[in-house]
Amino acid sequence: MTGVATAHSVVDASARTKWISGVVVVIYALVTITPLLWIFLTSFKTSADAVAYPPKVFSQPSLEGYCNLFNISSRQTPEFMASLPPAQGYCDKVARERGMVIAGPSKTPGRLMNSLVIGFGSTFLAVFLGTLAAYALSRFRVPIKDDLLFFILSTRFMPPIAVAIPIYLMFRQLGLLDSYLGMILLYTAVNVSLAVWLLKGFIDEIPREYEEAALVDGYTRLQAFVKTVLPQATTGIAATAVFCLIFSWNEYAFAVLLTSGNAQTMPPFIPFIIGEGGQDWPAVAAATTLFVVPILVFTVLLRKQLLRGITFGAVRK
Amino acid sequence: MSARIDVEQPVVAPAASSSLIKQRLHGMSDRGIAWLFITPTIVLLLAINIFPLIWTIQASFTNYRANMGWLKVRNVGTGNYSDILGDPDLWTGMQTTAHFVFWSILFEVVLGFGLALLVNRKFRGHSFWTTIILLPMMLSPAVVGNFWTFLFQPQVGLFNYVVSFFSGIAPSSFQMIGDVGLAPWTIVLVDTWMWTPYVMLICLAGLRSIPDSIYEAAEVDRASTWRTFWSVTLPMVVPFLMLAVLFRAIENFKMFDMVNLLTNGGPGSLTETVSITLKRAAFEKWQTGWSSALAIILFVAVFGAANIYVKVLNKVKQR
Repeated sequence: MTGVATAHSVVDASARTKWISGVVVVIYALVTITPLLWIFLTSFKTSADAVAYPPKVFSQPSLEGYCNLFNISSRQTPEFMASLPPAQGYCDKVARERGMVIAGPSKTPGRLMNSLVIGFGSTFLAVFLGTLAAYALSRFRVPIKDDLLFFILSTRFMPPIAVAIPIYLMFRQLGLLDSYLGMILLYTAVNVSLAVWLLKGFIDEIPREYEEAALVDGYTRLQAFVKTVLPQATTGIAATAVFCLIFSWNEYAFAVLLTSGNAQTMPPFIPFIIGEGGQDWPAVAAATTLFVVPILVFTVLLRKQLLRGITFGAVRK
Repeated sequence: MSARIDVEQPVVAPAASSSLIKQRLHGMSDRGIAWLFITPTIVLLLAINIFPLIWTIQASFTNYRANMGWLKVRNVGTGNYSDILGDPDLWTGMQTTAHFVFWSILFEVVLGFGLALLVNRKFRGHSFWTTIILLPMMLSPAVVGNFWTFLFQPQVGLFNYVVSFFSGIAPSSFQMIGDVGLAPWTIVLVDTWMWTPYVMLICLAGLRSIPDSIYEAAEVDRASTWRTFWSVTLPMVVPFLMLAVLFRAIENFKMFDMVNLLTNGGPGSLTETVSITLKRAAFEKWQTGWSSALAIILFVAVFGAANIYVKVLNKVKQR
């Protein structure tokens, strides 16, 4: 007879159950975070240490990966190396130690820039359009509202590869292949469905009384929207924007099929960071780290809204 | 004099018309505003999603090849469809996809639900550790697929090393990506790693939606722990679980990015999910007509599932 059941309320777990639960969850968390920590550590290793056997947890920290990510280097003969003036700067020194010289900047800054421009551009548009549509769908009697909402959400379920076939041909016709405009429009279309559903949830929660009071005070509908609803929806709009930004930042399928150079974003670029003889793992790890850190920061900031984001605003708590 | 007017006109005109627009906007009826606000979104979705969809339907009845525009496009009727549905390779691909969807979701549900039950005990620090567990699902599937190939390197990869450390098998004796027996499980493993937190988070919401009073009533009735779990906890969480399962099923059914970078459908076509088949047909073999037909078949399947998903979504929303 344990007698545990009589000693505590069913709603609140006993100290021992709590302790065991905690240990199991912490172990799972540690296991799940290990691959990410490993990539983070690898980005600070030399190329030799990155593929050492047995794997090295701690090694002499090196920024070789980051140097290679932002510079192209080429191998030179020892005679040529000897004839060079002394190395300038850290990356040059690291390259010289490996018998290489820096030949110029890599494509990385451009790709990062593309990710930022396309990410922020599509986020801004999607949130702008989404706020308007969400407000209308939240406050007004719109015919076939439920069908419209389903239609808007259903576009998000379309398999990207299936959509990419006609989009590819359409963009080719319009000259939008591998362009900022094309990618921004495409990502806006994908994001706007999430934005409408999420923002409708947030706006539904704002009491109508504020607007009604504003209308009584002689404001027009538009003024009431701008002056009472928008300020109260800022948290919702910000959270929605972050979700849209994360989607655009992470998207791969459209990017790999519809861009090749000018508008290529980071996800299709990272796997093709090549060194001598295959992928340059410290550089890939460095790119992955730089790419992932903003997402991790946003995830922590967004913790409370995460559930809404992944259920299109349906589950709130 | 005339020059001055020419200069002035463009300056004055927009100002006048913008004040006119303002006046019009302010005087707009609610119905007018509603349509003004909704239309841009609908137009964008029609242009980027529906117009291409119609085009795809049209192309699916032809033998069109997008890389050979000079070829005469011939109408093949439902030829592509009967071709696809009778293609044994495609059914193998469907089985691959089904294997991936079934096992990844099973593991995610078991682990996710289990973790949710544990986290719900609210031990000290549970919120911090929950956040840590949630991180993988926010990452880019493509980047995840790519860095796991590093962990799966036969000799030097961390995964192989850890497995060999605990089991004694040589770390170079097995290849998670290249091996015929292991590759289908590799994509399941990485998907489970990435999406278990998703199921956990939704289950946690389900658990938290159960009012304490029900548990107290069960306690009064002297229901056993198991009985309480089966007749209170589980039924109350099921709608949420359905939500998670349906969404993951749709997403994994059309999975492309993670698998493409992890195994690229290999070895051979052993881990070729339907989306990868579609990519190869459409963008490597350039069988545009054929792949349009396959795309339509995928659409229909996904729309059916999405319909059910939205029904469950609305049900959960009422809680």
